[in-house]
Amino acid sequence: MTLYLLRRLFLLAFVLLALSLLAFSLAYMFPGDMLQNLTGLRYIAPEQVAVLTAEYRLDQGYLAQYIAYLQRILSGNWGLSFASQQPLLQEIGLLLPATLELAAYALLISFFAGIPLGIIAAVKPEGVISKGISALAITGYSMPVFWWALLLIMLFSLGLGWLPTAGRIGVLYEVKHVTGFMLMDILLSDSAHRNDALLNALRHMLLPTLVLATYPTTVMIRFTKDSMLEVWEQSYIKTARAKGLNRLQVLYRHGLRNALLPVIRQIGLQFSTLITLAMITEVIFSWPGIGRWLIDSIYQRNYPAIQAGLLVISTLVISVNMLTEILHTLFNPLARKR
Amino acid sequence: MKLQWGWLSPSGHSRSTLTFLLAGVTTLAGCQPNLPETVRSGLVYCSEGSPESFNPQLVTSGTTIDAISQQLYDRLLDINPENGELIPSLAKSWQVSEDGKTYRFRLRSDVQFHQTEYFTPSRPLNAQDVLFTFNRIMQTGHPFHYQGGGNYPFFQSVAWASLVEKVVAESTDSVRFELSRPDSSFLSNLATDFAAILSAEYAEQLLAANTLSRMDSHPVGTGPFRFKEYQKDVLIRYYRHKNYWREPAKPDQLVIDIVPNNARRMAKLFTHECDVVAFPRVAELKLISQRPDVDVQESTSMNVGFWAFNTSKAPFDNAKVRRALAYAINREAILQAVYFGHATAANSVLPPTSWAYNPDLTVQQYDPAIAKALLQEAGYPNGFSMDIWAMPVQRLYNPNALKMAELMQADLAQIGVRASIVSYEWNSFRRKLSDNEHDSVLIGWSADNADPDNFFRPLLSCSAAQTGTNRANWCDENFDRLISQALLTADQKQRRSYYMAAQQYLAEQMPLLSIAHSQRFQAINSDIKGVQINPYGGIALAGAIKDIK
Repeated sequence: MTLYLLRRLFLLAFVLLALSLLAFSLAYMFPGDMLQNLTGLRYIAPEQVAVLTAEYRLDQGYLAQYIAYLQRILSGNWGLSFASQQPLLQEIGLLLPATLELAAYALLISFFAGIPLGIIAAVKPEGVISKGISALAITGYSMPVFWWALLLIMLFSLGLGWLPTAGRIGVLYEVKHVTGFMLMDILLSDSAHRNDALLNALRHMLLPTLVLATYPTTVMIRFTKDSMLEVWEQSYIKTARAKGLNRLQVLYRHGLRNALLPVIRQIGLQFSTLITLAMITEVIFSWPGIGRWLIDSIYQRNYPAIQAGLLVISTLVISVNMLTEILHTLFNPLARKR
Repeated sequence: MKLQWGWLSPSGHSRSTLTFLLAGVTTLAGCQPNLPETVRSGLVYCSEGSPESFNPQLVTSGTTIDAISQQLYDRLLDINPENGELIPSLAKSWQVSEDGKTYRFRLRSDVQFHQTEYFTPSRPLNAQDVLFTFNRIMQTGHPFHYQGGGNYPFFQSVAWASLVEKVVAESTDSVRFELSRPDSSFLSNLATDFAAILSAEYAEQLLAANTLSRMDSHPVGTGPFRFKEYQKDVLIRYYRHKNYWREPAKPDQLVIDIVPNNARRMAKLFTHECDVVAFPRVAELKLISQRPDVDVQESTSMNVGFWAFNTSKAPFDNAKVRRALAYAINREAILQAVYFGHATAANSVLPPTSWAYNPDLTVQQYDPAIAKALLQEAGYPNGFSMDIWAMPVQRLYNPNALKMAELMQADLAQIGVRASIVSYEWNSFRRKLSDNEHDSVLIGWSADNADPDNFFRPLLSCSAAQTGTNRANWCDENFDRLISQALLTADQKQRRSYYMAAQQYLAEQMPLLSIAHSQRFQAINSDIKGVQINPYGGIALAGAIKDIK
């Protein structure tokens, strides 16, 4: 097991290294002045050029430049954003929690809605309920997320006027940034009107979370159902039934645990799709997360921000992938033995 | 293994909690809970863009001025929005010397600067603050002069540096401006949103800490609101200035929510996420005014949309050609198709509400026959080819320049002039205009104050041709003489006669064709009272009251 973990970590390190190489080379491939792309400074005074060239080791070979780049990344000096002239790492630190929060709640919903629905659908695969759930899952799966989001806004915001259309919380609530996770920050704040703020934040969160949860939920339903049906055919289930256990007992004690293993793996595989969908959701709901920021940066030709954003998002996706794989192995005795 | 799987078993329970939570959240949405003061009386103004700076001296864009000027700052004088007269503000009285070259202002003694997280004022406003404000603009050796680039666009356009010789503090509450020549638009210029009074004490503190750039990013003023935070492209947050010398602002908090997308701004208005929305699209006004919960306010604004000819290029150096082109344009069609009827046809660059407007001008009516005849006289019986530059952005004075250009293209074809439409990205567009690369351009002007001079000098004078803001690149001695003579006298009747003559001269020379004076619109939630459009500048939100039912 230790060996397995080590192997995984080694692979992770290697992938991250390759990623950093790609991000590093972007600075050379982007149009414009390289020193500007690297530092993020919009205007570099002539007397600064020599100092910065030396600091970024641009007068040396590519290897030295790459090492200097790695050192800067590791020491937290990521350069400035063209648009705001603020340090990129600080900007990302403010934005990333918003995306993570949205993605986390969406994943939670997909868990708590998708898995039970999948199980229900698997209990009587030919029944009306099962067919209904499958139809729903297919519909949700094939619905374009932006269209679905706009439909919900039309109905709940513009039509019924129940829910707001944009942002994380009403702009009149001033919540101090501590962790960056809105609900946690509200609970941490000592305001007397915490509950109002909490309610307001939940109302803002509802539509984007629902929209983002749609796709993973449908994937979860289909996977749980297929996996359950497959497990159901196994001989140990038949044995359990033969012992006289009723359906529910068999389902819970023998079916579920084995059926959910592939589902765990799915989380990791679906995470990259989830992040892509989160970007679209963020743009539609003006959610101040890293996805919207990255898309804005592309529009603004904000090269340092694009570079840093790609690095952060890819690192995140790769790490989550790796983590779920390790979890899968931990829970699966068969895989552990290998 | 048991432990690790434990969380899965209560899934059914969690699902019901979640459903309950969702149901609760949606049902509670309708009613108004007992909200905190900052939220209940807070106002949300949804603007169309981010500010460039928090110092009005450095900018010209209306977006920035709307967001910062009236909220954070005061000026020596104000303009009465109803009749355009000058009224006292930070200066409680003023005197002009006989020769019109010395202005004395007596300041109020009870004006407090903002107390913020980064600055605590130790004294009320005095003459030093006025001195600091204007010396920063005038003295190139001033420590703050080159902070932010050293450009003071409004002050440069009125030739401030050559006009004001010096500013002197006579006592703590008295300031004297000495001018090099009489200028009857001087007081009006002091009342514009750009002439905001800054704090000299704050400047000293920044100078001591060597953080000069904070002057323009972390503002301190005397206005009804104080600065709290700015999240770029997201929002600006102000709180009420408790020691404001006028009646304190009604909203406890003012948030400027930055929503560049027009449709999204409308959606936020309908869901009441925005209380006041800047610049609703003219095409959508009908839809908005049908809703019972939204009011649309309109006012004639001091602006003009025009078609300027590059008079330094042939054939536009010929006044006959320019007049022929003017006769060829069907303005009524443009007013309907581009402004949707929400504008008045412009007969002069001056809007009819200005006191110097000339009602007896000979107006060029749409008449292709006269246009053809004039072209023949000018020696172009078969017409010619030209470019129409259409600005790529939507402005109040011209909501859709491309569409306007297309209409004009068709009109011009009737008299044999073959026009092609040209457009660039806004920044390059303006740069190329300043380099006079265009044949003709569809653009316009919004006034900063009520003085008629504001329509003539920055647009059509020789000095404007040099600095590149004269889009017609027109330099005419006669015209320049008329508008400078108008400045030398303080007698309004006499000034008026000069401006009347200037307008008549423009109608004959036609360096530009004035097309329309557009109305300014703003959409407001109907439970908000006390917000009015100011025809002379930025929006003032201090008097807004939210009427909670």
